[in-house]
Amino acid sequence: MAVVFEKTKGLTDVPFSYCPGCTHGIIHRLVAEAMEELGVLDKAIGVASVGCSVFAYEFFNCDMQQAAHGRAPAVATGIKRVHPDKVVFTYQGDGDLAAIGTAEIVHAAARGEKITVIFVNNANYGMTGGQMAPTTLVGQRTTTTPYGRKPEVNGYPIRVSEMLSTLDGAAYIERVAVYDVKHIMQAKKAIKNAFLAQIQNKGFSLVEVLSTCPTNWGMTPVEALKWVKDHMEPYYPLGVYKNTLEEVK
Amino acid sequence: MAKVLMKGNEAMAEAAIQAGCRYYFGYPITPQNEVTEYMSKRMPEVGGVFLQAESEVSAINMVYGAGGAGARVMTSTSGPGLSLMQEGISYLAGAQIPCVIVNIMRGGPGLGNIQGAQSDYFQSVKGGGHGDYKLIVLAPSTIQEMADLVQEAFDIADDYRNPVVILGDGMLGQMMEPVDFDNVKKTRRNLPEKTWATTGRGNREHRNVINSLYIDPPVLEKHNYVLFEKYKRAEQNEVRYEMVNCDDAEVILVAYGTMARVAKNVMNIARREGYKVGLIRPISLWPFPKEPFKKTVDQVKGYLVVEMSMGQMVEDVQLATECKKPVHFYGRPAGMIPEPSVMLEKIKQIAGGAR
Amino acid sequence: MAKVIFNEDLCKGCELCVNACPKKIIEMDLSKINTKGYHPATIKPENMDKCIACGFCAMMCPDVVITVIK
Repeated sequence: MAVVFEKTKGLTDVPFSYCPGCTHGIIHRLVAEAMEELGVLDKAIGVASVGCSVFAYEFFNCDMQQAAHGRAPAVATGIKRVHPDKVVFTYQGDGDLAAIGTAEIVHAAARGEKITVIFVNNANYGMTGGQMAPTTLVGQRTTTTPYGRKPEVNGYPIRVSEMLSTLDGAAYIERVAVYDVKHIMQAKKAIKNAFLAQIQNKGFSLVEVLSTCPTNWGMTPVEALKWVKDHMEPYYPLGVYKNTLEEVK
Repeated sequence: MAKVLMKGNEAMAEAAIQAGCRYYFGYPITPQNEVTEYMSKRMPEVGGVFLQAESEVSAINMVYGAGGAGARVMTSTSGPGLSLMQEGISYLAGAQIPCVIVNIMRGGPGLGNIQGAQSDYFQSVKGGGHGDYKLIVLAPSTIQEMADLVQEAFDIADDYRNPVVILGDGMLGQMMEPVDFDNVKKTRRNLPEKTWATTGRGNREHRNVINSLYIDPPVLEKHNYVLFEKYKRAEQNEVRYEMVNCDDAEVILVAYGTMARVAKNVMNIARREGYKVGLIRPISLWPFPKEPFKKTVDQVKGYLVVEMSMGQMVEDVQLATECKKPVHFYGRPAGMIPEPSVMLEKIKQIAGGAR
Repeated sequence: MAKVIFNEDLCKGCELCVNACPKKIIEMDLSKINTKGYHPATIKPENMDKCIACGFCAMMCPDVVITVIK
């Protein structure tokens, strides 16, 4: 009998702390599978951020550091400069990366820091109870936009992939989704490419993953997948925004 | 390298290089810019990394990453920058990452000015960031001592897995004096191997994790106790101070850093005028030296603490003397230097009038 | 013959696998409550032979509950 699918060695045996149906778990698995398939688990050093994925250091089966809110790209910079031959990645949510950590992510990208950033965009602050994030859609209700996000009060959502792809230091940037199997396969390909951009010393790489938050969105996990497709994807178009890889796999 | 004439800021940077520091992350701020500039020139020469960060917030977190990855790493800044670094410093202490942080103090609060001052004592010694933690804080008063203490600071940081602060001021940073790097004290410690560092797992059996998050209260409590055991060890082994003319002193001046140089001169003037005056110069501000006060408290009429601030270290002197004798204070903020004539006047008052 | 193995105690009952299965043979086992307090996903023995071992359920599962062999 052949194994069609089994758990990757890139994950520890610690069960995920995420809510039922939250796609953080899928994204974790894809990152771990990508590292295992590229053969870099023994030389990977990850950086966990603050938010729902604060415990990511318990889940990835490699050396890990836990960073202060928003500072993961700076911490990763410190690690990568000490160990340029290692594979360094951060795993950050939208509050962490696109609000409190905006300076750190922009300058890590501008420096062409050879790190890989997994950016999980679920359009709200999950861990603290579903408050407005920089990526919250116009009109979207959150616990701090109870009447819906109003541009005249809260401004507009930030399209991180588009913004960072304007920087010369960015080597690989793609936005993906994980709401069905087809998109999950594409997401994994993107994550592998991002790691390859680092391994090939091309520069900064980032994969933005549109993710769900069934608990705070007040939906079933299945409804949440549909919401990503129907509401997030139109505002955050999927695709490759920057690619300097020698050969795209 | 024979004796060279150097600015304090440059001497600290060179001392760091000679201590094996190969990673420096910083952000420009006066009056410590020579550290950053010197590092930008020297690091490439020794195969190290100099990186100008986008902010002090980033710089200290780069220090976190590099220190956690096992490197000897340093940053330097001045008051406003140190305020920005407090978050990262708390994380460094919590995650037990060794590093050296130089603060060349200037006048405050707020943007204040760029004159040398001593008003960041509380911030360095009493915390500054959130949570229960201690930094080992060393205060040099000459350029040679700046070089000596930077070298020592890296060893202490590695020994205790804790950030060490060099607390200088703008005057020391900018001043030029001869420094002899050949005679800088070399490592005497048996430093532990950094088996905890995140270097990539390689063939290691376990994963290394650098972390300050312990969500379970009893576990976090235990972690705090571990930290404080370490601090207790530092209190036993890392106290440093200088005592001058204290044996027969009836009045003892207490000062650190630049202020101690002024106090030493005032002490000599007072001695010439017939007053038995001594000087206690704390070198480690944390752990604070209590012994010199225990030794002298019975014999003196009082202490005069002089600081380039509105009075910060004076509180530790009051604690160390257990209020057994009067602790007087004279200080000026904002980069103004306390007047020797006023110090002399106060010494005379404490001693009980003219001789 | 394909076989789907559920690491039942890790299941959080989100039903993303149910939704992903092209053969619609995964269901929640209402007769059971796992250690997390959820009805875990399962495939009844009589439905297992309908499985085509596509692995979609495992790919959608956010908690790495599922192993697929054939």
